[in-house]
Amino acid sequence: MCLGIPGEIIEISEDHPDLAKVAVSGVKRTINIGLLDDDPPVPGDWILIHVGFALSKIDEAEAKASMDFLESIGKAYEDELAALRESRIE
Amino acid sequence: MRFVDEFRDADKARALSAKITSLCEPGRQYKFMEVCGGHTHTIYKHGLEDYLPESVTLVHGPGCPVCVIPMGRIDDAIHIARRPGVLMTSFGDMMRVPGSGGNFFDSNAEGTNIRMVYSPLDSLKIARQNPDLRVVFMAIGFETTTPSTAMTVLRAAREGIGNFSVFGNHVTIIPAIKAILDSPDLRLDGFIGPGHVSTVIGCRPYEFIARDYGKPVVVAGFEPLDILQSIYLLMVQLAENRSEVENQYSRVVPWDGNVVALKAINEVMELRPYFEWRGLGFISHSAMAVREKYAEFDAERIFEIPGVRVADPKACQCGEVLKGVLKPWECKVFGTACTPETPIGTCMVSPEGACAAYYNFGRFSRKRVREASRHEHVGN
Amino acid sequence: MSTSETERRSRIPLPITASEREQQVLDRIDKARKRRAKVKEERVTLSHGAGGKATQTLIEAVFLDAFRNPLLEPLEDAAEFTTAGTSLAFTTDSYVVSPLFFPGGDIGDLAINGTVNDLAVSGAKPLYLSAGFILEEGFPIEDLSRIVESMKAAAAVADVQVVTGDTKVVQRGKADGCYINTAGVGVVEHPGRLGVAKAEPGDAILVSGPIGDHGVTIMLARGELDIEADLESDTAAVHGMVAGLLAAVPGVRAMRDATRGGVATILNEIAKAADVAVVVDEKAVPVRAEVRGASELLGIDPLYVASEGRIVVVVDGADAQDALAALRAHPLGTGAAIVGRVADDPPGLVLLNTAFGGTRIVDLLVGDPLPRIC
Repeated sequence: MCLGIPGEIIEISEDHPDLAKVAVSGVKRTINIGLLDDDPPVPGDWILIHVGFALSKIDEAEAKASMDFLESIGKAYEDELAALRESRIE
Repeated sequence: MRFVDEFRDADKARALSAKITSLCEPGRQYKFMEVCGGHTHTIYKHGLEDYLPESVTLVHGPGCPVCVIPMGRIDDAIHIARRPGVLMTSFGDMMRVPGSGGNFFDSNAEGTNIRMVYSPLDSLKIARQNPDLRVVFMAIGFETTTPSTAMTVLRAAREGIGNFSVFGNHVTIIPAIKAILDSPDLRLDGFIGPGHVSTVIGCRPYEFIARDYGKPVVVAGFEPLDILQSIYLLMVQLAENRSEVENQYSRVVPWDGNVVALKAINEVMELRPYFEWRGLGFISHSAMAVREKYAEFDAERIFEIPGVRVADPKACQCGEVLKGVLKPWECKVFGTACTPETPIGTCMVSPEGACAAYYNFGRFSRKRVREASRHEHVGN
Repeated sequence: MSTSETERRSRIPLPITASEREQQVLDRIDKARKRRAKVKEERVTLSHGAGGKATQTLIEAVFLDAFRNPLLEPLEDAAEFTTAGTSLAFTTDSYVVSPLFFPGGDIGDLAINGTVNDLAVSGAKPLYLSAGFILEEGFPIEDLSRIVESMKAAAAVADVQVVTGDTKVVQRGKADGCYINTAGVGVVEHPGRLGVAKAEPGDAILVSGPIGDHGVTIMLARGELDIEADLESDTAAVHGMVAGLLAAVPGVRAMRDATRGGVATILNEIAKAADVAVVVDEKAVPVRAEVRGASELLGIDPLYVASEGRIVVVVDGADAQDALAALRAHPLGTGAAIVGRVADDPPGLVLLNTAFGGTRIVDLLVGDPLPRIC
């Protein structure tokens, strides 16, 4: 139910436009992109793979936003630690 | 690996952990349920609980579609596999789930031909390549997987494949969550929502949880940082007295779900009036069956299955574990009579069943390990 | 209060905390696991051949029980004994891989290298092999010749000779084309020196290179998964690398050939045999990107996937850097790494410090790692 892996679309099959070749860490597999018919992916897009089907496109902007949020928390944490270290009472 | 490694970063985990701890009200206990078996697996695989303060506990829910399949349905599958000329195909997850007479491996030892596949499309391919065999696909999974089965049936129909059928055991997540919410034994503060199911059904279906039951829901991704961030977002909601549905997994989950996928499911399947869930009993409108229109691809119509209801062994407490009422090690037979080698219930045999996850990954004394690592020289 | 009342009260258990309760359950499990193995199934299943718990139970309950003798009991990769003043190591392995030919080699390579490796990690210089063939009626002789040529080449590299053999043919439908059994004998220079039971707290654990190449290659080569990857089997004879290691670090405690069951199985064998804890650093374990990608796609863990030319080494912590250098000096060991250490608590368990920063255990699987969708 849950095992979904991000993969990059390498090419769309010419004879079967609902099939695409994806790459995951250098490993390639042909998957069915029929579930993304509304807004078909193109080579270079990243999609979520589950049991041989693409379930969803990965929104790179949202991914970046997620990362930025985590970075900011990380930065805030580092700043606090630094402040704590510096505020040692002599 | 892109979109994976950055969400496994330990430094960010430490920061989130500190944030979560800072939001804990003194003297208050927090209990969040992660519904999805995939989340249970991630939590244990990466040792995520090491980042949570003592006052925050995670409860494992019934979102394991392998765990909830009653033994009787396994027996039915084996019954089909025993018919002459049948090649049964199944995901790896199901191969070791015990029916009343053994699992699929045991059945093969007695002569059936049950093969593992990675995708229902592989099963269709086998049907194409073996016209003399009757190929059956054992379909399991929540809404994450249902569209793939539906698309495969549609493809089989388009290509006129006459020797392929599906033994449908797809279940739906909302009835399972409702069963938890209505369970009197459980007090939860919020839900970590199933990330991949939501790519199909969207986030709206969870709104009733926040609105009618007052519990916050955060739809979470499957990397450890996703889950940790989701716990953080739940804590923020509680601190601010809000109960809403939030989408932490926005890079993958569209708020409205996948319309194409929902249409495919609806075209090929319909809700069964009721279905038996192992450990939870009969739940109405909680599982899918193949529509009359696609009867030639419905294994239940093609093969007569015994449909015998097999009661769980008396010792099995899977139901309570699935509902999050019992922790795995609180089950009386955990680890002794019921082990991954000799599983009594499916919580132990499915790789993301709560009991299997705890036994395989979490079965050690955290206190002793922490003490041991304090005295160790960091040699590496 | 009467004495009997005091006695009665002292027998009522005091309320215990949740973590004490959990510890009780963990102790109960430990005791149950130490009990004598018993096979519960009536028939052999594929799980019994995977190298995990089911295999171990079968070996202990059926084979060890019947053949019990001091040479067999250690259940190391080879048996070691002294006769007529010479110490010898003796081992056997059967090869039933499918497909027979795969990227990086074939069943012939495995048949020679596997047995040579079992002798090498036992501290023996491999000398002579036997080769028994079980052939399926209808198997092309051309394929057989190809396999035998591979064996010839592998034997030359390993500096061993096939000195005796056997051939049987079985009816069409059996033997999957070709099954091979090889047994091997070698001379042990320093008898009794090596053994996983010798591991001690403070020891370091190394692997000689990236793990799981062979197993994933085979999975993909079967063609059912439709996955393409630039991967080949890591089958190789490790005797040269082992000799270099033993020369540089005479105090090596144990070595094991990482085959079916993967590195995880060996780590568990060390923990159990020496009654120690093995702590591994996930970030330190070398895995090729493609093996990782395929494993993530399938939902399996590379720690359990077979290699065929990689060894796991246990050395005194002080010798770790020398051992690493010795392995890396050999072409087969360029990817070697220190992956963990031996601790004293909790005994019998393998712990993994995950890249994420948490901890979990690495237990034996029941059977083969199965691809999952959940």
